[in-house]
Amino acid sequence: MSGLTAVKQRPGGGFRELRQRFADLRGRHQSLTSIVGLAIVAAVLPLVVLLPPLNGFGIQKDWVGSFANAGVFVLLAIGLNVVVGLAGLLDLGYAAFFAIGAYTFAYGASGFTGVHIPFWLMLPVGAVVAALFGLALGAPTLRLRGDYLAIVTLGFGEIVPVVFLNADTYTKGTNGITGLDQPNLYGAFGIHGFGFTNPWPYYFTVIIIIAIAFVLLHRLQDSRLGRAWVAIREDELAAASMGINTVTTKLLAFAIGASTSGLAGVFSASKLAIVSPDQFGFTVSFTALAMVVLGGMGSTWSVAAGAFIVYELQSQGLKQLDTFVRGLHIAPFALGPLSINLNTFEFLNFQYLLYGLALVLMMLFRPEGLFPSRTRKRELHAADELDPDEDPEETGLGEAPGAGQILNEDGTAARGMGEGR
Amino acid sequence: MTTAQVALNRVGVASGRLNGPLAGLVALVAAYLVIAVGAGAQAQDQFINALTIGAVYALIALGYTMVYGIIELINFAHGEIFMCGSFVSWWLLTSLGFSGAIRNLPLLAVILVLAFAVSMVAMGTVGVVIERFAYRRLRNAPRLAPLITAIGVSFILQNIVIVGISNSIVTTPQIIPNDRLEMGPIAINSINLFVIVLAVVLMVALQVFVGRTRLGRAMRATAIDRDAAKLMGVDINQTIALTFFIGSGLAGAAGVVQGLYFGVTVFNIGFQAGLKAFTAAVLGGIGNTTGAAVGGFVIGFIEVITSVFGYGRWSEAVVFSALVLVLVFRPTGILGQRLGDRA
Repeated sequence: MSGLTAVKQRPGGGFRELRQRFADLRGRHQSLTSIVGLAIVAAVLPLVVLLPPLNGFGIQKDWVGSFANAGVFVLLAIGLNVVVGLAGLLDLGYAAFFAIGAYTFAYGASGFTGVHIPFWLMLPVGAVVAALFGLALGAPTLRLRGDYLAIVTLGFGEIVPVVFLNADTYTKGTNGITGLDQPNLYGAFGIHGFGFTNPWPYYFTVIIIIAIAFVLLHRLQDSRLGRAWVAIREDELAAASMGINTVTTKLLAFAIGASTSGLAGVFSASKLAIVSPDQFGFTVSFTALAMVVLGGMGSTWSVAAGAFIVYELQSQGLKQLDTFVRGLHIAPFALGPLSINLNTFEFLNFQYLLYGLALVLMMLFRPEGLFPSRTRKRELHAADELDPDEDPEETGLGEAPGAGQILNEDGTAARGMGEGR
Repeated sequence: MTTAQVALNRVGVASGRLNGPLAGLVALVAAYLVIAVGAGAQAQDQFINALTIGAVYALIALGYTMVYGIIELINFAHGEIFMCGSFVSWWLLTSLGFSGAIRNLPLLAVILVLAFAVSMVAMGTVGVVIERFAYRRLRNAPRLAPLITAIGVSFILQNIVIVGISNSIVTTPQIIPNDRLEMGPIAINSINLFVIVLAVVLMVALQVFVGRTRLGRAMRATAIDRDAAKLMGVDINQTIALTFFIGSGLAGAAGVVQGLYFGVTVFNIGFQAGLKAFTAAVLGGIGNTTGAAVGGFVIGFIEVITSVFGYGRWSEAVVFSALVLVLVFRPTGILGQRLGDRA
């Protein structure tokens, strides 16, 4: 990540040198890299889907619409990554902040309250409101040990939709608040209200929001605060004795993660033009967590890639698999006690089963994620290189206590994603 | 130490022993009075209802607290084990062809024993399998890792039920006749009596097992200091597996009760029951089995009291607030001690 490591010249051909120089440049100009990288992604994605086999799955407009929806999950995942990946706090109620952002938008820009604040102003408002709720939840609970935090956030994530459901005088209960305002460009680029039929404005809007979040998060990650987060994740006690105020630092991680979720909430609410409690169940938090873990905890790009791929697989892939399998017309057959009829089979039903399996398998066999950053991979697999003979059953994650590692008094390595002990 | 001090100490110890049951009795009377204010003539039924629901939560909470006590992991899958247990008993009872109350007492007894045995053993086995494949490898891994696998496992279990059995509410046969037993001034439905007695028996059996037997001692030793226990010749893996077996078995029993008492089950009951039972475990001081049982009953009363005052749909919010308040002001729980100090 840092420019320092990249300066070291390595032997190799011209390609390697070029790559090295590119990495060097990337290290020094992270914000620019984020913006240019996302711009390239934004330009390439709508073109890729014109090529086979992707064009067989749907027309470009549908794809762009699904990309815009995927953007919501990318935002959720990179925000959750701050909490889980960087600070090592397991937040299982992340959807609550998503809900808070969405309902904030509903109150600020709909006929329900009669207030019509522009979408662009509501974005920061939603982020701030979500962050405030993050602080309110975090302040009493972040002093506790990590696993208590997990259960408290789980409860919070469960309660927030219940509150929105039950306080029906203020939220219209199950029906939700409808007719939310659309984002409006007031004629710039010839666009007024975004409408429902054209996904392009939403697509570009979400890319811009993601780019801003990317730049801010990258700058944070390499700041004093970002390093404090990682220090707490690796060993809270050591971090505290180095003078880091652990509670404040964790609170900031919580609030910043929540604010990203709030942004996603505002965008999603404006795109759907409706908010209702059932949009914010535990499955949303769980999906975001699966995306973070699959992508690779701790790296914004990895997590964003994970979120994008998981979302597209779920929204396009599984659906296509249904159509594909039905097209084969396989006769129903019996597999042991189960009778299987592939013609009525819905692979989408297996979505969460697959996420669950993915979470377990990833944590057991590849904790650094599918697209790990090089730093993270080295951190998690340092032990393999140092001491390959160590029994992985004993050390878990293949982490043997090796040179330069901090040891707990019980001899286990005090490093990795959690608090160490 | 002077004689006076010794005497004082003795008094202190004695009152310490008395304090618990006495405080419990006072709390029960207070709870009854509160329920009476809200429910009026139905106070007694609601009181027994609270005890029954509390017994279910207590059974689930025991599994949470035992697993937490021994490997310091919040087993998020535990609530789903309870849910699967309810489906096992549903499957058993319906495939045996029962649909309503069984009037033949010996037959009823046999079927009940069978249902509980099958569900408890099945769920105990599931718990052991989960521990073996999802948690054991991560025992010394960073904290976050097993928590994430636990969440993953809970989703796997829930979705196996959704995909394999049903994604909507399933009616389970209520095989215990719904007779009203009058004992002097007390009237109680047979099912309530059965559930409360069963829970108490299971809890006492657990206490005896953990406190008096060799395996129980191994469990306690492993919970206190795993390495030292290992040095003393305790088979750590076997002991932890046993803990999962017993904890999950109790959740399986709670699952059978769910079907018998409420007559329905659905794939998502595990999530909220798990959350409430975990709150119960924290209330009682996590790692403390007596505390978990007490906490379960407290949650039962909280739920019934909120609903008799007409705020039933807010009961989850109330329980959750209780969780946060306890964690903030008394993280060691009502009964405190044991592993609470590590919070």
